Amino acid sequence: MITLKVNGTTHKLDIEPETPLLWVLRDELGLTGTKFGCGIAQCGACTIHINGEAMRSCSVPAGTADGAAILTIEGLSKDSKHPVQQAWLAEDVPQCGYCQSGQIMAAVAFLKQFPKPTDADIDSNLTNICRCGTYPRIRRAIHHAATLIKA
Amino acid sequence: MDGSLKNGLTRRQFIVTTVTTAGGFAVGIAIPGTAHALPLAPQLWGADTPGPHEISAWIVIDPDGTVTIRLPIAEMGQGAATATAMMVAEELECDWSRIKGEYASANRNLQENGVYHDMEAIGSRGVRTTWQYLQQAGASARARLVAAAAKRWNVAPEQCDASQGKVFHKTSGRSLGYGALASDAAKIQLAQEPAIKTSDQYRLIGKPIPRLDTPLKINGTAQYAIDIRIPGMVYAAVASCPVFGGKLASVDDSKIKGRRGVLRVVKLDDAVAVVADRYWRAQQALADLGIQWDMGPDAAATSAQFRKLYRDTLDGPMVTARNDGDVDGALKTGKVIEALYEAPHVAHAQMEPLNATVDLQPDKLDVWLGSQAPPDALKQAAAASGIDPRQVHIHNCYLGGGFGRRTEHDEMRHAIAIAKVVQRPLKLVWSREQDMRHDRYRPQAAASFKAVLGTDGLPVAIDSRIACGSILRSLGESQVESGVEEMAVDGVSNIYYRVPNFRVGLALKNTHVPVMYWRSVGGSQNVFFMESFVDELAHAAGQDPYEFRRAMLADRKDLLNVLDLIAKKSNWGSPLPAGRGRGIAIAENHHALIGQVIEVTVNPKGDVRVDRVVAAVDCYRVVNPRIAESQVTGGIVYGLSAALHGEITIKDGAVEQGNFDTYPVLRLADTPPIEVYFSLSGGKFGGIGETGVATVAPAIANAIFAATGKRIRQLPLSAANIAGAA
Repeated sequence: MITLKVNGTTHKLDIEPETPLLWVLRDELGLTGTKFGCGIAQCGACTIHINGEAMRSCSVPAGTADGAAILTIEGLSKDSKHPVQQAWLAEDVPQCGYCQSGQIMAAVAFLKQFPKPTDADIDSNLTNICRCGTYPRIRRAIHHAATLIKA
Repeated sequence: MDGSLKNGLTRRQFIVTTVTTAGGFAVGIAIPGTAHALPLAPQLWGADTPGPHEISAWIVIDPDGTVTIRLPIAEMGQGAATATAMMVAEELECDWSRIKGEYASANRNLQENGVYHDMEAIGSRGVRTTWQYLQQAGASARARLVAAAAKRWNVAPEQCDASQGKVFHKTSGRSLGYGALASDAAKIQLAQEPAIKTSDQYRLIGKPIPRLDTPLKINGTAQYAIDIRIPGMVYAAVASCPVFGGKLASVDDSKIKGRRGVLRVVKLDDAVAVVADRYWRAQQALADLGIQWDMGPDAAATSAQFRKLYRDTLDGPMVTARNDGDVDGALKTGKVIEALYEAPHVAHAQMEPLNATVDLQPDKLDVWLGSQAPPDALKQAAAASGIDPRQVHIHNCYLGGGFGRRTEHDEMRHAIAIAKVVQRPLKLVWSREQDMRHDRYRPQAAASFKAVLGTDGLPVAIDSRIACGSILRSLGESQVESGVEEMAVDGVSNIYYRVPNFRVGLALKNTHVPVMYWRSVGGSQNVFFMESFVDELAHAAGQDPYEFRRAMLADRKDLLNVLDLIAKKSNWGSPLPAGRGRGIAIAENHHALIGQVIEVTVNPKGDVRVDRVVAAVDCYRVVNPRIAESQVTGGIVYGLSAALHGEITIKDGAVEQGNFDTYPVLRLADTPPIEVYFSLSGGKFGGIGETGVATVAPAIANAIFAATGKRIRQLPLSAANIAGAA
């Protein structure tokens, strides 16, 4: 039995401890906002927070997150009111949208570390892949979100 | 945008830069989803049968005035849901804040003889082939609503007007909401269809209004096919024979016997699948199968062999795709300049790996899928299952990227084949490795050029020869060995330069590697070939590459506008530091004109950094500039990935790359500032989804030449290729 605290709710799950968190979230808990993109922690579509830190859930065995506080896109805010989501909305960032849950979760954790980010900070810390090419809008939205968080 | 003529730029020219669109909600247009329910549902597919309150197959108006618009084009990020809704709403004169959208049904399209037309999100057709019938659908419904109100008031329809979801009687000021009129309007037959608006009458089209799908894509609620869960569903993971054309020989499942959750192994002709109660369990068990493949006749094939094949093909017989003047004669009049270019296979690598969920019953099939062409998916599903097409229901989802890949549904064929065996609802998900190694790739190609310049330095003759894989033959759609496949010569045969003697030859050669449409299609390699060679000619003539192109475009005002705009915005001709260079390229691709100036820095090791991209587009007219800009920017990023890194190689008959570690794509840190400008010549609507890709590779290659004097004639433009270049 593994105990996972996801978005404030505790789940006791009878699963193999080596199951990647990604598949536990998606297939056991039905939290499909977290996406499968590569399975090898390359693309970041599966980014979630574990104890406040952005992690690529496809490569985190569920057993290692036993008891940890897990946050997914579904738990980020009620009504999409998180400043990063609001900035994403204002800039109309998503195209296909598939990578955007991961992009947003990565940006939220990043802005806690870098509340007034430079472009260089963004470049060296945000490495999630977007094949639609929304990167320029992601960059703008992060700066935008930083001002919303400060305000 | 002051309407004055500056530097030859017309008033139609407007700018969408990364700065000006920031937070730029259009004034006076309510955003759906703010005051009312969200305009798009997480599950976007619509019903397969006509429902209540339909005005037509396109439009439903509920008694409360909510308008539902049926969307014929799949939403794969290109903004089709918003753009197509805008075109209907433009004419309908409904309240934009009270619209809803849902996909038109492919099944209904079949049953009602193509009522929704081709429904294909390919070839940048989302707007350019739909706008007339979408406007007509809106106009027709509006005229019937007006007629219903006029009848109710016993006045002439000409005395009535429609606006914001209401019909008004002009003289009395009486009004009725669409919701109250819809059931009457649905019964009205118009004696004559109303004319659609001309562009000067647009109120909605042309405005940078927010996308309808964004609210669902910032909180994880938009459902892609991979997210669909149906009752009783089991999961399948599949591995195809590494070599295309190979077969499954044998499977040793001793290692997975009795493993938790594993239901069974399913052997297919050229693949093997494991079905389990969870996807991860299926995937792990698949990895532990002992699989023997019969690799088939191409088990020794390599990319080096293909390279030789296409080079050798350049020296063999060709069909003629274009032949102006007397090329052979003109080539004898001066020194011949020659060059040979090559492009490798590239993968689509869309973010959502291919997947399908199927519920196969004895006489009915439901499929949840991400498809760029649901009517084609329906036919493919019927063929694979043996079910009557009228009993096949494609529930199309939001697409996690398409780029041309989601038109030929290999993943769905797998799912149906496995479902036939397990006889349970089933979700099949391709791993990233399966997706990348069993893509249908951009064709590998080579091209050779010969030219002679005249006394003015401009080309008197260009002889071009292209050797390329046939997409249609690979798809089994047509045998075109002896004919001209237009997309194989697109970007060369349709150039607009004044070259009095111009010939294009084509030889199609396929290998065992499947090829297909890849964003910008033939233009993605051919524009690299053509615009690199034009640059070489400019330098051979001792002319500036911008002025050289200008001189050859004297009778194409639209292209000159594009070319002049990028030159101006990029400060073409201004000095750059050592190691830095500027390259220029233009093209006509998928019904839009595109020009780009790209600045690069090349370090002594040959590493290329792209510093800046300046692009100008003439797609004639724009529905939504906020979306159009994102499509051009996105196309440029997609083109940068391919130009700098994109290469699928074959060894022992199989694709070597498997994931983003071996198939690198652009990330945020590598993305240069991108400026997108529009120079619109008006008239019809053009394409926007693909055109941004085509000019990236030649603009970079030309910039590398400007920076280093090295001419790269082979994609990708990697450090290795630069080091090897003359």
